[in-house]
Amino acid sequence: MNTSGFVQEKDKREGWNRPPHIEPDGEGELLEVAMGPHHPSTHGVFRMDVALDGERVIRLKPVFGYLHRNHEKIAEGIGYLGSMPFTDRLDYMCPLTNNWAYALAVEKLTGQQVPERAEYLRVIVGELTRVVNHASSIGFLIQEMGASGTPLMYAFKAREKILDLFEELTGARMMCNYMRFGGCRVDATAEWLAATRKVVAGLPKFADEYERLLRGNEILMARTQGIGILRPELAVNAGVTGPMLRASGINYDIRRVDGYSIYNRFKFRVPLGEHWDVYDRFMIRLLEMRESFGILEQALKEIPTGPVMDPKAKIRGFRPKPGEAYGRIEAPKGELGFYLISDGGPNPYRYRVRPPSLVNLTVLEDMCLGSNVADVVLIFGSVDIVLGEVDR
Amino acid sequence: MKTVEEIKAAIETAIPGAGVVIVPNPSVSGQHSLRITPAHAVAVATFLRDDAELSLDFLSNATGVDWPDKEVSEKVKITRTVTKTVDGQEQQVEETVEETQKRVVPGCLETVCHLFSVSKGHGPVVIRMKTANRTDQVELPSLTPIWRSAEFQEREIFDLFGIVFTGHPDLRRLLMWDEFKDHPMRRDYVEPDDFEYEPTAHDEVLTRAQEHQAKLAGMAAGQEGAGA
Repeated sequence: MNTSGFVQEKDKREGWNRPPHIEPDGEGELLEVAMGPHHPSTHGVFRMDVALDGERVIRLKPVFGYLHRNHEKIAEGIGYLGSMPFTDRLDYMCPLTNNWAYALAVEKLTGQQVPERAEYLRVIVGELTRVVNHASSIGFLIQEMGASGTPLMYAFKAREKILDLFEELTGARMMCNYMRFGGCRVDATAEWLAATRKVVAGLPKFADEYERLLRGNEILMARTQGIGILRPELAVNAGVTGPMLRASGINYDIRRVDGYSIYNRFKFRVPLGEHWDVYDRFMIRLLEMRESFGILEQALKEIPTGPVMDPKAKIRGFRPKPGEAYGRIEAPKGELGFYLISDGGPNPYRYRVRPPSLVNLTVLEDMCLGSNVADVVLIFGSVDIVLGEVDR
Repeated sequence: MKTVEEIKAAIETAIPGAGVVIVPNPSVSGQHSLRITPAHAVAVATFLRDDAELSLDFLSNATGVDWPDKEVSEKVKITRTVTKTVDGQEQQVEETVEETQKRVVPGCLETVCHLFSVSKGHGPVVIRMKTANRTDQVELPSLTPIWRSAEFQEREIFDLFGIVFTGHPDLRRLLMWDEFKDHPMRRDYVEPDDFEYEPTAHDEVLTRAQEHQAKLAGMAAGQEGAGA
């Protein structure tokens, strides 16, 4: 890796990080199409205003805000704990990592310690969330390619087992509201841990099956290889994080870099892409899933006994000292950060979510320009977004 | 990684007169920040990104904060001369009186950026910028030409806080619709009167609308009074 920064001398000229200018071939008129907001491939309500020259994309402007509810304003009007269940609704595929990022930011603000067992439980549920997210995101990508149902249902088969575990632990399949400042809400029983070990032991088999079904598939390779290329220097400059950044060949995993929680205790590898295309993003997610199995096995083996909440921790009605904190984690979609300013009151003065889904979409236009309109759906699918987090 | 003091010194060596101020963070997180002046923002940001040792190539989070006008009351000791009768004679005596004075600290809008280095793996370095006021001088230089990741986030700040970023390539509202007038994340924001969208304008709705209008008019009058 280039250690003196990613921007080469030749790239320092004005506008190097802007989308390229694509000239129409001059025959016929441009066709402007609004893809969305009710397009089945947009994972919710999202619109892309596309200008087409024949099949070729000349211009693409994403339009946001259909799901905007001003989450940040609502959070400024309620206490710190009140926002915890609301974070579930940001990226509703991965509620537990949202909880985790918010709890981490508040713990940074107040200096609250987290007991050992709670850290292990956080890692276990966090990595299970990553498996759920990556498996379904691959499923949705293949679904958008036209393979209706089958691969997605394979992913959902594994997802169901994990969601059953979440339900048993937290009482809810998706809106878990599990973490608290200074630990977790409830302890896991020995039966739950045994059941989790059993599910985790079965996951590699699922991944093998899933990979065998997809990896060498001729149609998948033809549709995804060489499509939606994202150059590493642009990826860094545009703030792209998560599997998308690593598919562009940049070794940046916040679990490694920050070593937050107890991640520096676990052995895991960071898979990197070589071709920077849609296929790499798909493969990175498959490989990261396998690394998560490893982390899960280690965590389930080492989990100690003890409390899951600091008994002195104040969960409700506390007033942090004036100041601010930015806490971030490696969520399945990228860097999920929470920025909090306290003015000494019971509510945060400023509450900001750094959404990985929104920032990763910055480069959508760059990746799509010049490709065919059918590939836009795939490139968009490979970014892996959830609109609940994009629009907040 | 360098401390904020060292980063401040490095910036001031590279860009003389940059006017960097350290904003201490009293919370346990210890993330102190650097306030940079809008006039030098682009030069400072370019330096932070391209400096070989810092190489803060990744702008992770850019956001706005609204600081409305704040009334602070403080006790001041005032010395004044008073005429007093001492020992049957009128004399000029100096006397110290404690008075409570109220003054208004003018508000501003602020942007906060969290910078990290992907190539070096360090961070965060927090930089902030302030606008002159909250009403008519709300321009700040855009950092999008330096870090592309600011593009949508600055559009969001423009949309929700009303900071105008000069030099932004495509400054439009991000989350609210284009015809929307106000900036919802400002702390004195009042929800607009949407009652005309009610399918049937019956009495109850009309009463609510009238109340709302009266409240808005009252607020406007209050603001004018405060300004005068």
